[in-house]
Amino acid sequence: MAILIDRNTKVVVQGITGREAVTFTKGMLEYGTKVVAGVTPGKEDQEVYGVPVYDCVRTAIKNHEANTSIVSVPPAFAKDATFEAIDAGIKLVNVFTERIPRGDVVQMIAFAKAKGARIIGPNSLGMIAPGKVKLGSIGGPLEECNKPFIPGNVAILSRSGGMLVETASQLSLNGIGQSIAINIGGDPIIGSTFYELLPLLEKDAETKVIVLFCEPGTVQEETTAKFVRETSYPKPIIAFITGRFVDSMPGMRFGHAAVIVHGETGSTKAKARLMSGVGIRVVDSHSQIATEVKKILTGRS
Amino acid sequence: MRLYEFEAKKILAAHDIPVPKGRVITSAKEARETAEGMARPAALKAQVLATGRGKVGGVQFASRSEEAESTATEMLQTKIKGYLVREILVEQKLEMERELYLGITFDEVAKKPVVISSSLGGVDINEIAQKYPEKIAKALINPFIGLQPYQTKELAYALGLSAQTSRALQSIMLKMWEIFVKFDATLTEINPLGLTKEGELVACDAHIEIDDDALFRQKKKLEGFGIKEREDKARPATEFEAKAAEIDRADYRGVAGRVTEFDGSLGLIIGAGGGSLTTFDAILNHGGKPANYCEVGGNAPVSKIYNLAKLILTKEGVKGLAVITNVFSNSRVDFLARGVIKAMVELGIDPRHYPIMFRSAGAFEEDGYAILRKYGVKYYDRATPMDEAARLAVEMMRKQS
Repeated sequence: MAILIDRNTKVVVQGITGREAVTFTKGMLEYGTKVVAGVTPGKEDQEVYGVPVYDCVRTAIKNHEANTSIVSVPPAFAKDATFEAIDAGIKLVNVFTERIPRGDVVQMIAFAKAKGARIIGPNSLGMIAPGKVKLGSIGGPLEECNKPFIPGNVAILSRSGGMLVETASQLSLNGIGQSIAINIGGDPIIGSTFYELLPLLEKDAETKVIVLFCEPGTVQEETTAKFVRETSYPKPIIAFITGRFVDSMPGMRFGHAAVIVHGETGSTKAKARLMSGVGIRVVDSHSQIATEVKKILTGRS
Repeated sequence: MRLYEFEAKKILAAHDIPVPKGRVITSAKEARETAEGMARPAALKAQVLATGRGKVGGVQFASRSEEAESTATEMLQTKIKGYLVREILVEQKLEMERELYLGITFDEVAKKPVVISSSLGGVDINEIAQKYPEKIAKALINPFIGLQPYQTKELAYALGLSAQTSRALQSIMLKMWEIFVKFDATLTEINPLGLTKEGELVACDAHIEIDDDALFRQKKKLEGFGIKEREDKARPATEFEAKAAEIDRADYRGVAGRVTEFDGSLGLIIGAGGGSLTTFDAILNHGGKPANYCEVGGNAPVSKIYNLAKLILTKEGVKGLAVITNVFSNSRVDFLARGVIKAMVELGIDPRHYPIMFRSAGAFEEDGYAILRKYGVKYYDRATPMDEAARLAVEMMRKQS
């Protein structure tokens, strides 16, 4: 039983007939994810790899029990699609779409909060509980997906989609598996930040170590450090912060749209200091993540 | 997208927020004419997309019209923070009783818009927040009901303003919120918000940033104010960067761009986003001298990678190439290999003898590696960590020199 998703997860894909959605729907089905329905207005009665398509989320849910949705529609329609899913009773919405206007994102998050739903993303490639189930395009097609992701006891939360896979790959090459790997999304404002997922991982028996892949910009690492200190968070956390060079180039934009640094706020130096200060192990190079995790799991730290 | 001061003020004025009388000029002659028509001394404000222009001569005053002309002549020939001054906003210099601050932006932690006001203005709001936190009042805005009059009342009274000033401030706050929503802004700011002797509030300087991701629905509205879409950068794009941006724009599929120029000899084709940042850090950590930063991903087609590789390989001073990416899920390793090799062959570079480091893995990796083998290029797969690949690339360059 992983956090957020498990074998009972039943997924509806909003925008299922889109180019990317068609590809990741195939990947999810191959992996064993129960994709029960898709939604594309005007395309009811069509099928995508055997998954029935509906005009509305409500009809899809009436015909198939679904508890999770992936939103993969153009940015202009993402807010409405998310509202639709939540209003129809979906409790977990993985927003795959990137470049959604920020004014829309804050409304999506406020609506989810009011209805007791959780949003992962926007701009999230998805998540995977290795050997069980996956959402979105994480890891690609089955044969590719099984190389970097193997079952185990490490949870990875990453602001970058590509580096989530690379991080898992480095762990797996060292024989270390993962309980869950989540691409939380690269935007400045997202539904679930690091610290908002930590309580779930604390309760998860399968998770023994947590790895955070951090980036410049936003105050996510700062709020995480605060949360860890205030709650005396009990599980070991390892953090890698990428984009260190961005600190010396204020105002320049690199990587995700979020990577904008103004003075100390959001700088990787400040993040590293704050996180180390509360006992999070901040490693200096990406390959050190696996080394540190190994130390913890074998009790040699 | 950050707006110029004069553009932001146009929008404010259209929403009945008082702004100083002024005119945008592009020649010294116009500066003189504008100053002649003013009763008071003129303020000449360089229109550049950089903060802190006041400290580097970007704001000057002229008491006579001839002075306005000579100041403008000088200003139009200088660069402010790397930007050539093309436009100057000439305004009537105002005597202010005091200066306030007003801003609306997004609070990333609360995940809501927030309105920030202060009884101190004219300096950076972060500085005020650190030194005089008691002089700042904030309120989170419910994104569904928007900023409410009672909130503006609470904020104005929290700052200890007179009843008349409070009323004026409240009205401006509501208008600024209207602009924030209507234009999909990520920031609307008046700093300083001047209080005149007559008790009127005037937006002395204004700053608006439009959400780049909302430009698809803002273009027309902005064009109505004579504002065209443009790319923001901390400094103007170099010729190399502009060419790279063109390559990326030419095809909507995938990304092969976001290039920043550096002056080293190691050309980089790195990806995808987080992977580019990680590789770049590792190259610097090992003492490497990159010629550029870039991002390749989102399953960019061969043609895009080929064009970018060609641009980088022909950049002056480039003596080697590092192609390093994270494990791809959705991009293809063979596209990456094919694009790079095609560029080399076409440029008459023999891949067998050119310093090249290739580390990538994921979809279609076997096809990619087969191409590299055929052309005699040594490659590394997922078993070699990215920072190790970066170290090897730097070592390869050292052996060259």
